[in-house]
Amino acid sequence: MYSPTSFPRITLFCGHYGSGKTNLAVNYALFLKEKGLDVSLADIDIVNPYFRSKDSEKELKENGINVVSLPFANSSVDLPSLPSEVYGLVQRRDIYAVLDIGGDERGALALGRFAPYIAEENNYDMFFVVNFFRPLTPDAESAYEVMREIEGACPLKFTGIINNSNLGELTSPKDIEKSHKKAMELGDISGVPVKFTSVNETLKNTVSGENIFYMKLQKKLF
Amino acid sequence: MSEKVLMKGNEAIAEAAIRAGCRHYFGYPITPQTELAAYMSKRMPKIGGVFLQAESEISAINMVYGVAGSGKRVMTSSSSPGISLKQEGISYIAGADLPALIVNVQRGGPGLGGIQPSQSDYFQATKGGGHGDYHLIVLTPASVQEMADLTLLAFDLADKYRVPAMLLADGTTGQMMEPVSLPEEKEVSVEKPWAVTGTKMQRKHNIINSLYLQPDELEKINFERYERYRLIEENEVRYESYLTEDADIVVVAFGIAARVSKNAVNEARKQGIKVGLIRPITIWPFPKKVLSELSKTAKGFISVELSMGQMIEDIKLAINCSRPVMLCNRAGGMIPSPDEVLNSIKKMQEGI
Repeated sequence: MYSPTSFPRITLFCGHYGSGKTNLAVNYALFLKEKGLDVSLADIDIVNPYFRSKDSEKELKENGINVVSLPFANSSVDLPSLPSEVYGLVQRRDIYAVLDIGGDERGALALGRFAPYIAEENNYDMFFVVNFFRPLTPDAESAYEVMREIEGACPLKFTGIINNSNLGELTSPKDIEKSHKKAMELGDISGVPVKFTSVNETLKNTVSGENIFYMKLQKKLF
Repeated sequence: MSEKVLMKGNEAIAEAAIRAGCRHYFGYPITPQTELAAYMSKRMPKIGGVFLQAESEISAINMVYGVAGSGKRVMTSSSSPGISLKQEGISYIAGADLPALIVNVQRGGPGLGGIQPSQSDYFQATKGGGHGDYHLIVLTPASVQEMADLTLLAFDLADKYRVPAMLLADGTTGQMMEPVSLPEEKEVSVEKPWAVTGTKMQRKHNIINSLYLQPDELEKINFERYERYRLIEENEVRYESYLTEDADIVVVAFGIAARVSKNAVNEARKQGIKVGLIRPITIWPFPKKVLSELSKTAKGFISVELSMGQMIEDIKLAINCSRPVMLCNRAGGMIPSPDEVLNSIKKMQEGI
């Protein structure tokens, strides 16, 4: 199981649209909290109208995680504004912050205004989340293209790759194994290390390893 | 079928349309269907297709009208308020007997409404929407896989009957992600002798038109068109029947409401209630026959809808009001929970 000994103060989750950033950000915030850290989660996804980290607000708050989300998230106001509290998260240096960024380069644009503070402090991880079962990122080359587009839109550099390849409930251990090769290839092309592979905790008995991060998914109503 | 990939419903429609041979997409962005347009904007230039963001919904639907006249597979997509804007063009396309695909990823209304999921465009989709006597073939997907499958079917049926087809989805099916198998791309081989493609001086020129100067001629065209509608009603009804054989209560729901209802039906069965589900896949043509048949044995029906109750009227008509029909609904962007549907089932069980 993935268990590093120290964490940078800020963790950013970026990636292709629908790669699984929100689920990862929510689970990662809970993971940091379990390590005894004071964590806040900020949802600054300006792209997605539904299925946001705000959906997990109750669980996060119950676990003592401060949640900062767009004032209009999950309402009918389709306005890509950013909550001012995010400045607090990036400028205060006494708390840990997990930032859930919107998909693709368009989503990463929202990072621009906070990036100078993050770069200046230089105590961050910026993760590229990839799911090789997404049709527009089926291989290392196409994923690398998205990586470069995101880096082009915000002035920060990726520090790690997270292999979040999955087919939802149909994911098999074999699928994860296959995707691992692609993730390593992406690491080679980009020069960015693969940090961990994230899998649904329902696969705990069949998928294990040092670099496996188990995730809990939200309950489905339909 | 190709290997499974993980897709958003909106993306699955776009990719399926491409694989159905559609190379012409005209649209205008609106939440919650924008991913469809965004996907097309990335894919179409790479495969020699046309993605065009029009200056408005009205011009997008008229571009569809134009390409449809040339016999090429063409589509547009929008969400509720945008679909209202397209109604004039849809009526013209129907009046000119052209195949085309219109996708509506519904959101709450009326007016600008909201951006959360809804099914309140049922009347608009099935009862006309625009002016004049016409129908669309209306298909309602309940999963990301069906978003793809029904897109292909919609193109085929539209070509077969020279009738515009509508894929009536909702924000949830558009936004949610599920594994999906996409079909291999196939050659479209439908003869379209009516298409406006240039006479090459070898035939009489074709005319695409919905204007008729003589009323008796227009009447004849309308009667002929309704003969085709009759064939569609006879041959193209599609629905899923779930645990209805011994059902005292039949829940009727389509799209996302059907998924919620299925969970409720399973729970009710566990509690010993004989309940089943009819999920219309086509809502025009509506599965009248099966409901009429079931009304001989079932004691009551429940219509589960994300609207103030629209499909319920078609259910009552299908069974000639011979049984009570109860409404279980949420509106304005809200989705009924499985518990709410279960409560309606229990209430009906007590009442019959």
